Amino acid sequence: MKPPVFEYRDPRSLDEALGLLNEYGDDSSILAGGQSLIPLLNLRLARPDYVIDINKVPGLDTIEVLPGCVRVGALTRIRRLERDPKIRAVAPALSDAFQNIAHPQIRSRTTIGGNISHADPSSELPGVLAAYDGRVQLTSSSGSRWVSWSDFFVTVFTTTRESNELLTAVEFPTDQNFSYEFEEIARRPGDYPLAGVCAGISLDGSQVRAARLSAIAIADRPIRMTAAESALVGVDISNAAVRQAASQAAAAEINPMDDEHGSAAFRRGLVSTLVKRTLDRLAGVPS
Amino acid sequence: MKSEIRTIAMTVNGEQVSVDVEVRALLSDVLRHDLRLTGTHVGCEHGVCGACTILVDGESARSCLILAVQADGSTIETVESLGSVSSLSALQEAFRENHGLQCGFCTSGILMSLCAAERHGEDLEETLGEVLGGHICRCTGYQNIRAAIEAHWAKSVTQ
Repeated sequence: MKPPVFEYRDPRSLDEALGLLNEYGDDSSILAGGQSLIPLLNLRLARPDYVIDINKVPGLDTIEVLPGCVRVGALTRIRRLERDPKIRAVAPALSDAFQNIAHPQIRSRTTIGGNISHADPSSELPGVLAAYDGRVQLTSSSGSRWVSWSDFFVTVFTTTRESNELLTAVEFPTDQNFSYEFEEIARRPGDYPLAGVCAGISLDGSQVRAARLSAIAIADRPIRMTAAESALVGVDISNAAVRQAASQAAAAEINPMDDEHGSAAFRRGLVSTLVKRTLDRLAGVPS
Repeated sequence: MKSEIRTIAMTVNGEQVSVDVEVRALLSDVLRHDLRLTGTHVGCEHGVCGACTILVDGESARSCLILAVQADGSTIETVESLGSVSSLSALQEAFRENHGLQCGFCTSGILMSLCAAERHGEDLEETLGEVLGGHICRCTGYQNIRAAIEAHWAKSVTQ
């Protein structure tokens, strides 16, 4: 239960960090908050030749609430984000999701960039990023590119980040026409969720103009539930029957697997319940 | 391949220390083995149990999930910074009075999380739920820990 031997690099600038990634690439692991990497090292599930600790790279721990989006630097810790009143003001569901990540003692170290680039399908933020139609910034020595969430997450622990790239920022669009809710179900608070849903709707009066529904912990990556989204467009959200219909559409379109934590049917039921609950709250109706 | 050694400087419980560490060494092990601060306990070593929780720059964190080399320049607080056997801190006294521990293995981590919660002005509900939720205790069933927290928050923590 101790990390294997590795060579440690702690670059002091972004250029230096990107140079190291160019040089070591797949033989290296990037250490940010360490709350996923260090357990993997302790359990010897990861054995990188090089650990590139980016904690001393300046300028990566930024929080910007801009017109139209919340942009967060990759090294920003979740504990700081969950306490940020500016984020809560424009994206309360995002703040709620932060508070669902593990425990305060973990969130004090967890970084947003590490959490998202780890691409754990049970992780909250990738699902929220999907519902917000967000994107990530990947930077290498040859420049930066923005990649939408759907082009970023590939499968379990796998993204389209190249080995010479560093995830440097995450952007959550804050279209003020959209209201969001996030909720998950876990065996105990702080555990990985058995299922989680982030729901966003844009309303014209009580008529739904557009809907965005994502789910976590039910596939190998965060997913959008497009059939349920379509079922909501044009309907009156104050009608309980349409919220019920959307939750049933969500349960029908997902394809969860049986695993040791629960059957596929059980997870379908959880997602259906979570869609219902989040839509109820968006409609201003207590569940 | 041998592990690289680096010299790190930290403030630990108010004292400046300098220690040579393997770059792969965990902060929990450096505290216990090199600095002989064995009040920090090591349970699961992958961040689940909470026994090794300490304060890093005033925030509670798992010392088993931090490389010691990352703590260079940090201010560290461990359970040894609280009261002594002859003079318990108010929080420790609340645990004693309410039988908030049995074997004591998880206690030092819980105490440090509670120190952070108290300093950050967390309310009782947040502390009993979120903060205590980050710790596993296999003896008490949590009821007496909750009683100790309730007593301490009622007596000492300004709401």
